[in-house]
Amino acid sequence: MEMLSDEIKSEIQCGTGACPTRRCAILEALEIVQRRHGWVSDERLKAVADFLNLTVEEVDGVATFYNRIFRRPVGRHVILVCDSVSCWIMGFENILVHITKRLGIGFGETTPDGRFTLLPIQCLGACEQAPAIMIDGTLHGDLTPDKIDEILKGYE
Amino acid sequence: MERPLTNHIDKGREPLNLAEYERVGGYKALRESLTSLTQENILQLVKDSNLRGRGGAGFPTGLKWSSMPSSSNSPRPRYVIVDADEMEPGAFKDRILIEGNPHQLIEGMIICAYVVDSEIGYIFIRSEYTLAAKRLKRAIAEAYEKGYLGFNILGSGFNFELRLHISSGRYICGEGTALTNSLEGNRAVPRHKTPRQTESGLWGMPTLLNNVETLCNIPHIVDKGAEWFKSLSKCKDGGTKIFGVSGKVKKPGAWELPMGTTIREILEEHAGGMRDGVRFRGVLPGGGSTEFLVEQHLDVQMDYDSVQKAGSRFGTGTMIALDDHTCPVGMVHNLESFFARESCGWCTPCREGLPWTARILKAIEDGRGEPDDLKVLESHTKLLGPGRTFCALAPGAMEPLQSALKFFREDFERHITDKRCPWR
Ligand SMILES: Cc1cc2nc3c(=O)[nH]c(=O)nc-3n(C[C@H](O)[C@H](O)[C@H](O)COP(=O)(O)O)c2cc1C
Ligand code: SF4
Ligand code: FES
Repeated sequence: MEMLSDEIKSEIQCGTGACPTRRCAILEALEIVQRRHGWVSDERLKAVADFLNLTVEEVDGVATFYNRIFRRPVGRHVILVCDSVSCWIMGFENILVHITKRLGIGFGETTPDGRFTLLPIQCLGACEQAPAIMIDGTLHGDLTPDKIDEILKGYE
Repeated sequence: MERPLTNHIDKGREPLNLAEYERVGGYKALRESLTSLTQENILQLVKDSNLRGRGGAGFPTGLKWSSMPSSSNSPRPRYVIVDADEMEPGAFKDRILIEGNPHQLIEGMIICAYVVDSEIGYIFIRSEYTLAAKRLKRAIAEAYEKGYLGFNILGSGFNFELRLHISSGRYICGEGTALTNSLEGNRAVPRHKTPRQTESGLWGMPTLLNNVETLCNIPHIVDKGAEWFKSLSKCKDGGTKIFGVSGKVKKPGAWELPMGTTIREILEEHAGGMRDGVRFRGVLPGGGSTEFLVEQHLDVQMDYDSVQKAGSRFGTGTMIALDDHTCPVGMVHNLESFFARESCGWCTPCREGLPWTARILKAIEDGRGEPDDLKVLESHTKLLGPGRTFCALAPGAMEPLQSALKFFREDFERHITDKRCPWR
């Protein structure tokens, strides 16, 4: 099977047109693959490397450095729980315990039905609304356990 | 009191679009810059305004701009970069500024680019700032359409292209040289500080990096002048500042106040004081990588020099309050775990030392601490201190630890003698 569709290839070409070097295209290319497939598998990473005419090591060295490039499969929705200091003061641990109990997963895990993946995140820059989480790019602040139940219902 | 930065920010509604922004005086400073001011005029204005960088280090902005080499004998293109990576624990001011008024940042950036003769700019924004990025994208498109960006801006012959880069994540990306590496598609490890980035930065070209809040001030300085800007402040640094407070206060939030406002005023008047039932014990005045200040420091003015004199750092000006129902050891453990995780791994003291301090703090918190542990922690504050590591992440990480060992020593000792956390 062709690992990168022509569509993705042209998207990469288009999205990285302003890059003066091939290296500079790595992150954008990986982000494009991830947007389409949810994560970056070994095979697709190699395909990106081939396409950019770089080695797998060059591309993977970059991919594994950044926390928003997923090198393992993730669920349909990714829950980022802020575990930094203001949220910690305001009850991060209760929030985590509650989500873990509800979904039966801890950090780094995905629910068996593939619905949610749970990950920690650095300060979300929403400390005035601590404790805060982000699901698929949407911020949810001033959380309480009840609120979380309500919010999770919105993600199938 | 004047609040130039947040005057037109209303959290309840969409930010001003380009036409609305123009109606309240937006892009007037840009027009004036390009049509009737020279680059030297504006540079002098910025110098005279005593504006200091709002990204954490407080470097005088005018001086930084003037360290860009003269354009006649340096390679091109020349870059300006906005650091919108905001991940300092406790900091959320740049998000408010971008979400609230994206055109203000764009205008400041174009003026900056004009002054230092740069033709390409990047806004480097963290991936979780989705709303801010969306609003920026729209504003950038509007500015292109209106001819404030692109080719021959306002007929002046000045060209400027602005790109938005959404980061793939990691706290270290906010460090200037690591950010450059990240933009080039490398792992975001810092670079040597010499030559300076202004001489050899992005792809080896002259590169100027500024924080979001720093550049948001520029249109106002051009518009109303250096004397006006200085008059906004209660100290010799010019301007207002977005101060923030989080933790167990009655009204966590952010407010634009004169530079030099006291910690007490910010905490008690604006943040409403501590919540009922808890008492104030200390505050990290400038974000997670600054030293604790305590009761005796409440009347310290929030400006770079005063906070430094009090033994801490102004940092981002976003405070985190510690209360008496929160364990200081637990709080410092949380911070050191953050820094350990965010260490880029490039230099040994930080890569090995931070996880070690985090483990010791965890042991103390769990009641497994040994009397010698405090000595080990103290030695780390020296071994990972300024000048011992490749960048400022590790020394910053040691600031809350070192000051906690000073101000909350009894709490550490109690954990060790009682073999448990008194707060659990
Ligand atoms: C570990 C680390 C992280 C940083 N993160 C940021 C950041 O997210 N945003 C920022 O503006 N500056 C950050 N800085 C400071 C920048 O390196 C730089 O000093 C600043 O952006 C310069 O802009 P200014 O002169 O306008 O303040 C960070 C520094 C370090 C050491
Ligand atoms: S101090 Fe830490 S973050 Fe900075 S270069 Fe060394 S390992 Fe990387
Ligand atoms: S500490 Fe959680 S949003 Fe800042």
